[in-house]
Amino acid sequence: MQWEIVIGLEIHAQLSTQSKIFSGASIAYGAMPNTQACVVDLALPGVLPVLNRGAVERAIKFGLAIGATINSPSIFARKNYFYPDLPKGYQISQYELPIVEGGEVSIQIGESEKTIRLTRAHLEEDAGKSLHEDFHGMSGIDLNRAGTPLLEIVSEPDMRSSTEAVAYAKILHALVRWIGICDGNMQEGSFRCDANVSVRPRGSDKLGTRCEIKNLNSFRFLEKAIDFEVERQIELLEDGGMVRQETRLFDANKGETRTMRTKEDANDYRYFPDPDLLPVEIESDWIEQLRESLPELPHARRERYISNYGLSAYDASVLTSSREMADYFEAAAEQVPEQAKLCANWIMGEISARLKKEDMDIIDCPVGSTILVTLIKRVHDGTISGKAAKTVFESLWLGELKQDVDAIIESKGLKQISDDSAIEKLVDEVLVANAQQVADYRNGKEKAFNALVGQVMKATKGKANPAQVNAMLKKKLS
Amino acid sequence: MIRQISGSMILYYYFNIRLLIHMTLSINDVKQIADLAYIEISEEEANATLNQLSDIFKLIETMQAVDTSQVEPMSHAQDVVQRLRDDAVTESDQRDLCQSIAPQVENGLYLVPKVIE
Amino acid sequence: MFNESLKQLSKRLAKKEISSVELTTEFLERIKKFNPEFNAFITIDEEKTLTQAKQADQKIASGDTGPLTGIPVAQKDIFCAKGWLTTCGSKMLSNFVSPYDAGVIERFDQAGAVNMGKTNMDEFAMGSSNETSFYGPVRNPWDVAAVPGGSSGGSACAVAARMVPAATGTDTGGSIRQPAALCGISGIKPTYGTVSRYGMIAFASSLDQGGPMAKSVEDLAILLNVMTGFDQRDSTSLQREKEDYARDLEKPLSGLRIGLPKEYFAKGMSSDVEKAVEQALDQYRKLGAETVEVTLPNSPLSIPVYYVLAPAEASSNLSRFDGVRYGYRTQIYQDLGDMYRKTRAEGFGVEVKRRILIGTYVLSHGYYDAYYIKAQKLRRLIAQDFKHAFSQCDVIMGPTAPTVAFDLGEKSSDPIQMYLSDIYTSAASLAGLPGMSIPIGFGDKNRPVGLHIIGNYFAEARMLNIAHQYQMATDWHQRMPGI
Repeated sequence: MQWEIVIGLEIHAQLSTQSKIFSGASIAYGAMPNTQACVVDLALPGVLPVLNRGAVERAIKFGLAIGATINSPSIFARKNYFYPDLPKGYQISQYELPIVEGGEVSIQIGESEKTIRLTRAHLEEDAGKSLHEDFHGMSGIDLNRAGTPLLEIVSEPDMRSSTEAVAYAKILHALVRWIGICDGNMQEGSFRCDANVSVRPRGSDKLGTRCEIKNLNSFRFLEKAIDFEVERQIELLEDGGMVRQETRLFDANKGETRTMRTKEDANDYRYFPDPDLLPVEIESDWIEQLRESLPELPHARRERYISNYGLSAYDASVLTSSREMADYFEAAAEQVPEQAKLCANWIMGEISARLKKEDMDIIDCPVGSTILVTLIKRVHDGTISGKAAKTVFESLWLGELKQDVDAIIESKGLKQISDDSAIEKLVDEVLVANAQQVADYRNGKEKAFNALVGQVMKATKGKANPAQVNAMLKKKLS
Repeated sequence: MIRQISGSMILYYYFNIRLLIHMTLSINDVKQIADLAYIEISEEEANATLNQLSDIFKLIETMQAVDTSQVEPMSHAQDVVQRLRDDAVTESDQRDLCQSIAPQVENGLYLVPKVIE
Repeated sequence: MFNESLKQLSKRLAKKEISSVELTTEFLERIKKFNPEFNAFITIDEEKTLTQAKQADQKIASGDTGPLTGIPVAQKDIFCAKGWLTTCGSKMLSNFVSPYDAGVIERFDQAGAVNMGKTNMDEFAMGSSNETSFYGPVRNPWDVAAVPGGSSGGSACAVAARMVPAATGTDTGGSIRQPAALCGISGIKPTYGTVSRYGMIAFASSLDQGGPMAKSVEDLAILLNVMTGFDQRDSTSLQREKEDYARDLEKPLSGLRIGLPKEYFAKGMSSDVEKAVEQALDQYRKLGAETVEVTLPNSPLSIPVYYVLAPAEASSNLSRFDGVRYGYRTQIYQDLGDMYRKTRAEGFGVEVKRRILIGTYVLSHGYYDAYYIKAQKLRRLIAQDFKHAFSQCDVIMGPTAPTVAFDLGEKSSDPIQMYLSDIYTSAASLAGLPGMSIPIGFGDKNRPVGLHIIGNYFAEARMLNIAHQYQMATDWHQRMPGI
């Protein structure tokens, strides 16, 4: 049987505020345990939540970036369950009237595009952490993270492969960083994915029973977990079994998912509107102000790069995968619009490879966009060859000669010979010295021409402008 | 004085409200609720609670006498909207003070019996 | 001196006839004398109290004084006070020394008032007789066989027995007004959102409201001036301009329209209470008021509505008591779940557990709409009834409680009987309206009767005026129990 894979993602993005969503405690990462858990976070008797404007603003910005509806009023609800890292015995979240509803993003798979719809995005508080190192057989609870603002972003089950799921997660990851609402640090848990996975016979319009895989904190784990889960479900069904609705955990070491809890012991969360928090009204003025504060969004830039600079859809999406990269590209391309494709190639090729090797971000790239443009110009005007440019780039990366492109070319003797009379002289010498090849060429052996070019290049140690050499040879031999 | 009569009788006595629906709670319901509320309950307590809750829910059921199909639920006593706090860190570390009243702490952590995922 | 008003005491302090330390010591002596019998206090800490009195004396010496500077005030043990044991009447918090101050405590501290200790109360404010306290019942100073009412029974008793000149209370469905009535004192629950709930241990967040309890209405106005005000730490705290609640006390009552809900004056009220209420209304007519019949058709359902909404909120509010970060933790347990379940089974009393179970049930899957949403809809109808009634009258009056104080143990085994003690008070709580009770005489067994006054939103000054004029014409509020 042919199976269709159906995937929906729930992504928790930690919002990049200074303070917690309902208290004035810091959310800075890495503090000593419980030093950033104030009386409100500890749920002491009598304490009350007050909503952080910064968290609401970030949620609205997200909603605007995906073309969603911003609900006003928006309501906070309590999700009741007991867990030691949940100090109040309930999590303040949203149930009815989440702040963001609807919206969509498009993902790029190769050269084709696909739209993924979003169901909603709601604000909620994070829980603390249980540390399982052995404290005389007990667990330790650190509540520093409790109350950290999260935006839970829920997609429709629109994805049909782990590749699409990863592409979607990457698009959202780029977007939340792009609009500055989340630092996207997956190691520190600032961006976490849960995947809802099911399979169904191709052609069926009924969804299969789904399993939720929790806490996938890298794109690679997301892909592996989905692939494993899909295999598991298909195997089960093909063996005549049934998929049981449950929550599963991904074991990164074993590369497999395992049961965390079944639907039967799923909690009755007893959601109800939080009586300590009032309806949040979001005035249209505020929305407009935030809309204006948004930077040009990735998809808009992608379109612009395609139409203004003639880039391919693939190149345009790679360059807009982060705001820093797009800014770098744009700074370069604006100076040499006709060489935009060359800029793109440099950024996606040499620069990206070098950054990756050094584990650096483009924002820290030692070769600035203006310097890159100078380099590209020198290639374009024939001063140096493309090959020599790579040598110059290395020099620039290392900061040699104050990153003066021309000085580097000069000092390394990389300048091409482009003087016609000089080339003519060289060509004449080569023709005289290689009479046999000249004869071969004239007898129709095309290969001999290349050999002659090679001889000229060799004589100039590769510095002659190959195009000019070609032209001159053709002229002399015709 | 009126004594030893059920809640619904009292409501009828006071306000002429009649009971429309009789719901029944079972001992299992009581145990399940206690489980959801994380409160240990003995068989004996469950039985006693069942009787009292049944009476209380009879009283509560009197609500069904009023048609509320056209009414919006009221969650708050005042029709006002949420005030927002500026995003600023205003709290400093009070761990020592707060943990001085904790049942069990070590290395700044609250200790609980082993948490099993 | 124990029967003097706050104004009189403040005048003595200002004239240096007496220092705050001396005044405080006199009241502490009285507490020591009477508290063993009445059990109005859970915590008395002479050292802390006298330190505050000394500070108040310094303030007075430096001329930095207000109406409450140096005045002893008892605090209901529901208000977190830094460094004070704050139990909320529960074993669960029997070791909880608060690391922070409630908004209300800060306000009294800033005003220079002297914290006389923490008063006894029904556990987590759930009760109408003070019998659910882990610290034992409070006795009614008018008759030790009787309950003081609840949940602010300790505060009511302490004021009635003149162990303190004033106290704080909190009211969720009648917990200030009903004990005030049963103990023959004055108490007011202001409009929801007027008094900060920050640091006031939550029972039912959308209903809880703090308020003062005192001998007279004039005292209540002075206390309200200190106790109310915006607190940014409480999202439901209202941002309003500060008002002087005493500004209208002396206004005459001519033209006052008193609404009498026909539902409250049908059957149900015991005859002794009815008689006292009728006499009070006669007094008002003499003062120039007229009475008009109004109707609150949905208000009889306030008890079932209240017993859905309050337990629902409570079941969630009390989830934080788990023995992890503070408070009671069971001694012997097998694992985490067992620790939670035993801690909560042992730390909470019977009534609290009962309400947690009710609340858990009405919020649970499949019952939410039938109970919780239904109750919220009726809550709106109840509030709308008042809105309509207030188009026909200035205030609403009736009995505060259906009977005078009942005997200890009389209703403690029958929760429904107990719940019906709040039958006249819970509707105003659901609507968020201000309500107060003032003493208007005595009923059966010579136990006090209270008159319930409900005003429109933010009509506290008017209500205090109306109640004060009554107290100018009568002396019920000055009567002291013969202890």
